[in-house]
Amino acid sequence: MTDRKFAPPVKWADERFGFGKIGKSGLRKVFPDHWSFMLGEIALYSFIILVLTGTFLSLWFKPSMGDVEYQGSYSLLKGLHMSEAYASTLDITFDVRGGLLMRQIHHWAAVLFIAAMMVHLLRNFFTGAFRKPRELNWVIGFTMLFLGIIEGFIGYGLPDDLLSGTGLRITQGMIGASPVIGTYLNFFIFGGEFPGDEFVSRFFTIHVLLIPGLILALVTVHLFLVVYHKHTQYAGPGRTEKNVVGYPLFPVYTAKAGGFFFAVFGITTLMGALLQINPVWLYGPYNPAEVTAGSQPDWYMGWLEGSVRIMPGFESHFWGITLSWNLIIPALLIPPAFVTLVALYPFIEGWITGDKREHHVLDRPRNMPTRTGIGAAFVTFYALLWIGGGNDLIATQFNVSLNHVTWFLRFAVFLGPVLAFWVTRRVAISLQRSDNDRLLHGLESGVIVRSPEGKYTEKHTPVSNYETYELTARDRVLPLEIGPETDDNGVRAPLRALNKVRARLSRFYYADAVQKPTREELDEGHEHAHDADEIHDLSETETYREVTSDRS
Amino acid sequence: MSEKRLSLSPARFLSARRRHRSAGLVVLLFGLLAVGSAYAAFAPDNAVADNSAQSQQIEEGKKLFAVGCASCHGLNAEGGSNGEGKFAGPSLIGVGAAAVDFQVGTGRMPAMQPGAQIPRKTPAYTQEEIEALAAYVASLAPGPAVPGQESYDVSKATDDQVTRGGELFRTNCTACHNFAGRGGALPNGKYAPSLMGVSEKHIYEAMLTGPQQMPVFSDQVMTPQDKRDIIAYLKALQNQKDPGGFGLGRLGPVSEGLWGWLVGIGLLVCVAVWIGAKGVKAKGAKAE
Amino acid sequence: MSEDNLPAVKADEEHSQVQVAEPIPDPGLEPHEHRITDIDPKAADRVERQISAMFTLSTLLVLGACVAYFVIPRDAEIVFGPLSGNASNMTLGLSFGLALFLIGAAAIQWAKKLMVDEEIIEERHDGGASPAQETATVETWQQGVAESGFGRRKLIRRSMLGALGVIGLPAIVVLRDLGPLPGRSLYNTIWAKGIRVVNDVTARPIKPSDMVIGQLVNAIPANLPPLQEESAVEYQNARAKAAVIVVRIKPGEIRTKPGRENWGIDGILCYSKICTHVGCPISLYEQTTHHVLCPCHQSTFDLADGAKVIFGPAARPLPQLPLAVDAEGYLVAQSGFTEPVGPSFFERG
Repeated sequence: MTDRKFAPPVKWADERFGFGKIGKSGLRKVFPDHWSFMLGEIALYSFIILVLTGTFLSLWFKPSMGDVEYQGSYSLLKGLHMSEAYASTLDITFDVRGGLLMRQIHHWAAVLFIAAMMVHLLRNFFTGAFRKPRELNWVIGFTMLFLGIIEGFIGYGLPDDLLSGTGLRITQGMIGASPVIGTYLNFFIFGGEFPGDEFVSRFFTIHVLLIPGLILALVTVHLFLVVYHKHTQYAGPGRTEKNVVGYPLFPVYTAKAGGFFFAVFGITTLMGALLQINPVWLYGPYNPAEVTAGSQPDWYMGWLEGSVRIMPGFESHFWGITLSWNLIIPALLIPPAFVTLVALYPFIEGWITGDKREHHVLDRPRNMPTRTGIGAAFVTFYALLWIGGGNDLIATQFNVSLNHVTWFLRFAVFLGPVLAFWVTRRVAISLQRSDNDRLLHGLESGVIVRSPEGKYTEKHTPVSNYETYELTARDRVLPLEIGPETDDNGVRAPLRALNKVRARLSRFYYADAVQKPTREELDEGHEHAHDADEIHDLSETETYREVTSDRS
Repeated sequence: MSEKRLSLSPARFLSARRRHRSAGLVVLLFGLLAVGSAYAAFAPDNAVADNSAQSQQIEEGKKLFAVGCASCHGLNAEGGSNGEGKFAGPSLIGVGAAAVDFQVGTGRMPAMQPGAQIPRKTPAYTQEEIEALAAYVASLAPGPAVPGQESYDVSKATDDQVTRGGELFRTNCTACHNFAGRGGALPNGKYAPSLMGVSEKHIYEAMLTGPQQMPVFSDQVMTPQDKRDIIAYLKALQNQKDPGGFGLGRLGPVSEGLWGWLVGIGLLVCVAVWIGAKGVKAKGAKAE
Repeated sequence: MSEDNLPAVKADEEHSQVQVAEPIPDPGLEPHEHRITDIDPKAADRVERQISAMFTLSTLLVLGACVAYFVIPRDAEIVFGPLSGNASNMTLGLSFGLALFLIGAAAIQWAKKLMVDEEIIEERHDGGASPAQETATVETWQQGVAESGFGRRKLIRRSMLGALGVIGLPAIVVLRDLGPLPGRSLYNTIWAKGIRVVNDVTARPIKPSDMVIGQLVNAIPANLPPLQEESAVEYQNARAKAAVIVVRIKPGEIRTKPGRENWGIDGILCYSKICTHVGCPISLYEQTTHHVLCPCHQSTFDLADGAKVIFGPAARPLPQLPLAVDAEGYLVAQSGFTEPVGPSFFERG
């Protein structure tokens, strides 16, 4: 083998940074190819777009609540008293070329950033990608989602317009309801009474420095872990827990992922060009005595808004204090509980199943019916609260009574998730049964044969080896077994009661899930199919011939 | 390997392709088409109000009133019930010509049925008839008069007046009608209607008379100049094009979120599917 | 719950796989199938032309965007039927956006159609350290601990933990001056005896005869507008608590709370505009039902019945401002509010 040399600039860098040592494996790193693996990339690219457009905006935005009279080109607000923050936002919109475009790209990118993180989370959840060794990556990812939501809320509060100011007033009211520390927290955050003149500059620092810095650090760890653990993959022929099958980083993934970055940026820019978002000039500057009908936060805060809207007005007064249950429960108890459950889910599921193995092959959602059902229940709960956040718009757009919508949601938010869990689980189990059918009996070929006695049968074609393997390359369902009550020396097993609960939960987790067929069952199924079909001529070779046209 | 040879009769054609990638989509489209046609065939027609009362051309308002309004509002406009003891229409004594001009001029009255929320529709009377009705009701008791042109003419409004109108609008009106005058929800199925496309005169009259649930903004507190400023701002809002592109209904973050998910995530997922999709394979060509 | 299909095998606790018991062995990767562009050079060339066309178009669009920035006037408008917008923004956005997308589409098309698409396999490495590495690490660690003497020297250990434990406290303490303590500020507004009730924005004082039944006035105290010149922030803070709504209801329809008989004037009542739920200003007033709805979370109050809550998440009625008429006949406050205005807080009582 002849020696090949780096080009001089590359050699210069390699001698200082040493990347040439991992050049061969790094360039050829394998990434599996599936559209559902690109959702996290949408989030990553949106973050980059946010940083780029945000930098542009920060060159003109004045993060100050100092009072000015507007003298810019938007005549409908001319001469009004407003904060510098609002006035500079109007200047960016109407007097800086490309300013409105940048504002809109920035805001659409924020909407997409959080939406993409959420779909990415759902994909990881339903395919079980959060299992060992990726539990911490799940937590990191979830933290970024949480930070992204706060970042977005603070971000659209910076222009100090009527709509975002109303949202801030609501937040201040919710914080104020916190027992003991509420009023103090408020006075520290806002520098005194609401609205004060501090929050824009404080939020600006958090929005452009602290949270982006945190997200940047977290996403670096997140991506490093993805590279270190290597990406997960769906089951299929040639794919095992010990390998990863796909295309090389260079050249294919460089082109695909790089191209996707431009596609995301392009679509976000087109949205910024064609779809108006956050028209702050229509809302007017923040005035604590003004409000608009249809006051909602951005979509990702909708579930908090909804939970606060549907909660009935309970409050307790005793011993000179007030406990506002109407705010404590929907704003200070339920959201943290929901968020904590989601963040810790990998550990919860790991404890229930007792599964300590590494997993690099993904589950199909149907093969984990209970997990999929739990996911559906959480999504339903979230979605119902989300709908609650827009209950007045639902009332006007669909011509129904606002009060009826609210009452419906008060009950639906409890019953809906239960119903969704049950229905989803049964659907998943049905899909598993249909998969098993396919494995054992093959596919209906659409060819009906009539025997001389008059009996009709449909010929079935067996599925190919590749598809059989794809459908069966998963673990057998193994609920947790707890050992005997005492060991050989008569010593009682520790944590017995907790383990009993754990075992019961584990059985519930796997209940009714359909096992894949064993070798004997498969062979028997094929035999049976063979016998039942009088003519089995569609298979002419030793290996099973693939009849299905799809492999994706 | 031998080729599959199936005849191309339609049944076999469909049956053999029932596991095609897009088979599900075709079935779905067919299902939607079937359900939509069935609905169109079976859906009840919207009830049409009896127009006979409205098509008469009687000069005097009283005659018009007796025919078109008295059934709910009483023969002498004293208020009425629908004969089953239920409230049908309030007393019109003292509401003034302005109220009649507004209600009938925007087509709200005659209402198809009594209710807390009467929607705007095509006016059933001509301007002459409306004036006749207004004159009749005004004759019953003093009330707000139809404003003159100078009250609501905003064609010469200055920038300062428009700005001031915006402040007044946001302080008094947006809580019900939304920041862009698109309307909003009220309790129990009622709503504040959109202000887009409403004439200056009718806006003025609405503020003056407080139709249905809308409160009154009397001229002594909300002076005619104040009202003009509000109308000027509304007209400026209406005429203003959305500089950022398609306005998404000017309804705020809810529609923005919907578009972001459907258009943004939708398009991006489509692109991702395109990236990950296995391309068309050359049939029969295998690797050596 | 069917459990017959669950095998009685204990879950393996170690890293390695449990027997997955596949019915059939792994058939290996599927044989590679060529794309049309692999076997037909003309198709490949066609795709190459497509890709280069996209790149070229993108270049032109970017240059066009740069030209458009200078050429299109700032306030020109474009109208395409229902779609309208600022010409400069739209042109810049469309051209730049399309340019970006085309680069992406070209790169993706190149990867999909022309780059070699044979799947390759990479082996995964073991999750954790091997036993030898583990031993080596533990030994090295323990050597370091022994060399430091940390384990032996308890005094060092305890005092160090003490020092490091409190080192973060100043970071919290220096934040004290973020804001003043609440004190009594949440209990007071700028309303006081004799302050006139004036129309918001116009500052016009109100006589009882100015108001008709069914009227709503969004009002402020007369001492609020002058504050704006003094201190913009004091003005906003005061406004956030002092805004009120004044309504006139038919006296027969009002249910007066005991002790508040003289708080209204001939059916004219004045309530705080600040919702007791989380503080949004309310003025969605329905004149026939006397209900006022907060647009934020739909709390509904009955102003004819002491503004008590009849629907929604609010828990307390709106505070009422007692009214009187001054010497010139204008509406004034008898006193400030008799309870804190706005959302509840813990120490409110």
